[in-house]
Amino acid sequence: MDRTLGFYIVQFLTGLADASALFLVACGLSLIFGVSRIVNLAHGSFYMVGAYVAYYLIGFFSEGGCAFWAGIVLAAVVVGLIGVGIEVLLLRRLYGAPELFMLFATFGVVLIMQDLSRWLFGAEDLLGPRAPGLAGSVNIRGTLLPQYDLALILIAPLILGVLWLLLNRTRWGILVRAATEDREMSDALGVNQTRLFTSVFFLGSFLAGLGGAIQLPKGGANLLMDLNTIAEAFVVVVVGGMGSIPGAYLAAVIIGELGSFGVLVFPESTLVLMFLVMAVVLVIRPHGLLGQAGAGAHVAFRAAEAVLQPASKKLKLLGLACLVLILVMPVLVGTFQLVLLTEIALFALASMSLYFMMGPGGMVSFGHAAFFGGGAYAAALLVHYLQTPMELAVLLAPLLVGLLALIIGWFCVRLSGVYMAMLTLAFAQICWSIVFQWGEVTGGDDGLLSIWPSQWASDKIVFYYLTMILSIGGILVLRYFIFTPFGYTMRACRDSALRVDSIGINLARHQCLAFAVAGVFAGLAGGLYVFSKGSVFPDEMAIPRSFDFLFMVLLGGVETLFGPIAGAAAFTWLHDQISRTDFWQLILGCIFVLLVVAFPQGIVGSINVRWGRFFANQNH
Amino acid sequence: MLQVEDLNTFYGKAQILFDMRLAVKRGEIVVLLGRNGAGKTTTFKSIMGIVRPQSGKIMFKGRPIQTLPPYKTCALGLGYVPEDRRIFSGLSILENLEVGKQPPRAGLEPWTPARLFELFPNLGERPHQRGGTLSGGEQQMLTIARTLMGNPEMIILDEPSEGLAPVIVAQLARTILRLKQEGVSILLAEQNLNFANYVGDRVYIVYHGSICYESAIAELSAEAYEKYCALQIGGG
Ligand SMILES: Nc1ncnc2c1ncn2[C@@H]1O[C@H](COP(=O)(O)OP(=O)(O)OP(=O)(O)O)[C@@H](O)[C@H]1O
Ligand SMILES: [Mg+2]
Repeated sequence: MDRTLGFYIVQFLTGLADASALFLVACGLSLIFGVSRIVNLAHGSFYMVGAYVAYYLIGFFSEGGCAFWAGIVLAAVVVGLIGVGIEVLLLRRLYGAPELFMLFATFGVVLIMQDLSRWLFGAEDLLGPRAPGLAGSVNIRGTLLPQYDLALILIAPLILGVLWLLLNRTRWGILVRAATEDREMSDALGVNQTRLFTSVFFLGSFLAGLGGAIQLPKGGANLLMDLNTIAEAFVVVVVGGMGSIPGAYLAAVIIGELGSFGVLVFPESTLVLMFLVMAVVLVIRPHGLLGQAGAGAHVAFRAAEAVLQPASKKLKLLGLACLVLILVMPVLVGTFQLVLLTEIALFALASMSLYFMMGPGGMVSFGHAAFFGGGAYAAALLVHYLQTPMELAVLLAPLLVGLLALIIGWFCVRLSGVYMAMLTLAFAQICWSIVFQWGEVTGGDDGLLSIWPSQWASDKIVFYYLTMILSIGGILVLRYFIFTPFGYTMRACRDSALRVDSIGINLARHQCLAFAVAGVFAGLAGGLYVFSKGSVFPDEMAIPRSFDFLFMVLLGGVETLFGPIAGAAAFTWLHDQISRTDFWQLILGCIFVLLVVAFPQGIVGSINVRWGRFFANQNH
Repeated sequence: MLQVEDLNTFYGKAQILFDMRLAVKRGEIVVLLGRNGAGKTTTFKSIMGIVRPQSGKIMFKGRPIQTLPPYKTCALGLGYVPEDRRIFSGLSILENLEVGKQPPRAGLEPWTPARLFELFPNLGERPHQRGGTLSGGEQQMLTIARTLMGNPEMIILDEPSEGLAPVIVAQLARTILRLKQEGVSILLAEQNLNFANYVGDRVYIVYHGSICYESAIAELSAEAYEKYCALQIGGG
């Protein structure tokens, strides 16, 4: 391609146009978070649904300039109302529950909306209609720019201005800003918070829907939009600064431009560049370009957690009984169950490593699949390209992932609470997109096949024992870490970051190390997993997988040894039951939502209350 | 105006208030004295509905309010000024006042920013200054002014004189008496005995979450004050 000045100008304008939709989603996310402290993971889904609904509305109205814009605005209103419905029916019940549970509920909504969209709109990618009157192109020094891009470029600053006026010049805006700072106080001053939340949720969802709708002529509609968008929106919010709407615009422009120019430099994955920019921004300004220190950062996750204690005698006996059971299992059950048990063991190890970060470390990761899938891909690539034997691959995979975790951790530990979680999700999505997009190396969507264990371990029973030894060993090592000085320091860091800092412990270094340790063991689980399956697909790195692990940890509970194991077992069994049905994501999503609504104080808490005493040390 | 009966409030499993009771008559200024941690703030938060009491009855203007959320209590005409002020630091003075604004109430001249700036001239000088950049005294003025914007018939003030210079405290006392003249009933928590003596009509002493002494302010016995309020070193 001929790269004239015109080409670069057009490339720049394209980036600006791409930024518009992203800005709308991100500022909606930011607004909702500011007031309700909910990180709405379903925001990307709202965006996707906005695109689909606009597609059908525009098609439904007949041709004409009016129909197009009416369809777009109406689609945004529809999405706004969907958002209100979700807020009123679901989230309103959960205010006051631990943040992690609210998040989980919104992730349930993501799954439900994903399957509903597939059912309603079909799995085919849709090509958007052209905007009437803007179907042509303008010629900029010999390079063509679609006219519609110009419209997109104008829309974002327009919305930015309107939002600014709304927030600064209306009573509603003042109330929103007041509630963002101090909900309780504005409640005591006579402001009905519930109604305010609902209105903010409407506006936020409306903006997401509008974002999805306006990009329709440019990007169409497809089912991958939800998670891709939420990850990008998180990056925008982190880079721009939580709660800052001009910051969101600035960051969206940066990300848009990166996407636009990035293709020229690194066509396989433009997200890699996003990673670099995010990295630079976080190093220079940890609270984002225009963010203020403190906003949102101190919203830590309150994990319902009892004081950790070394295992009691009863617990140890139970453990022993389980061990014996595991040992004799191959005699009792068939190959199919054995494979399932192998899988459970690996998931248990992976979720234990997540627990290690979350419980004692106090760091919630939405991106643990990056480590698990990273391990799987590392092993698979080693085998595929270097014919590495299984033994070596299983050894190298955890080390490589540990390194990856160290790098990701190095950035993430600069943030805390929700911010950090968002960042882990963004990193995981970047890792996923590399694997997904870089087809020549990773096989892309087709995955890597024929990754089988060495001869001696190829028997299912042998592999079962191998897995059991390594995962139980891994789990015990992780557990051991929790009760070493390192583990105690981690818990101290979690409970009082400031104090720990002031007595001269390097908080970031400890947290970073915890990332690496978790990464190593998740990588080990992933490395083994690929040999048990014989293949690996990008799904292992995708965000839903991360939430599977979170789910296992939450399902299992806080008891260090058995929690993640029980969670993994329950989840794998559940998954096995429903994955044969057509709309299993829908079912899983509903289960997530119902569990959270049924146990708003945490599944963990409820179980702990009932059974905790039984397993506690008697002398306590 | 306000009656509180047999209020029991918990934080988690810890009981903080034990059968707390008190009453404020219309137009009266009632002072709550008590040591740090006695439960004054908790009493106020229970009345407002910020913390939900486990049992007990709170009547405001003859209506039970113990189950109402804070915004509804406020709408009935009960204003709250918290001890830590809680100014919206990113909002200007005028915007802070706007948050507190409620519809006018029959029989009371409605408060407007202009009227409040007469009462608190310091605030009127820079109405667009951000709340976070105000001095401590100015913030105290602003938090009272903000609550007044709700046109309350009664206000609850939690340690208004805390951390203020004597001149400002004197000014504050005059403001409170001025509000009383306007017909606003006042319930306030204080550590500063002089201040309490100057503005108060009646006094309660809170001790370990319940009322242990009650009298007209002029009759407050030095003995009771010594026993329940004064700092005791080593004793406990
Ligand atoms: N959120 C909370 N959780 C648990 N305990 C609390 C909480 N808030 C207050 N307490 C406890 O309740 C008791 C009463 O506190 P309260 O703030 O009502 O006292 P106070 O009389 O207002 O004291 P001060 O004069 O210091 O303001 C104290 O022992 C305090 O430690
Ligand atoms: Mg107090």
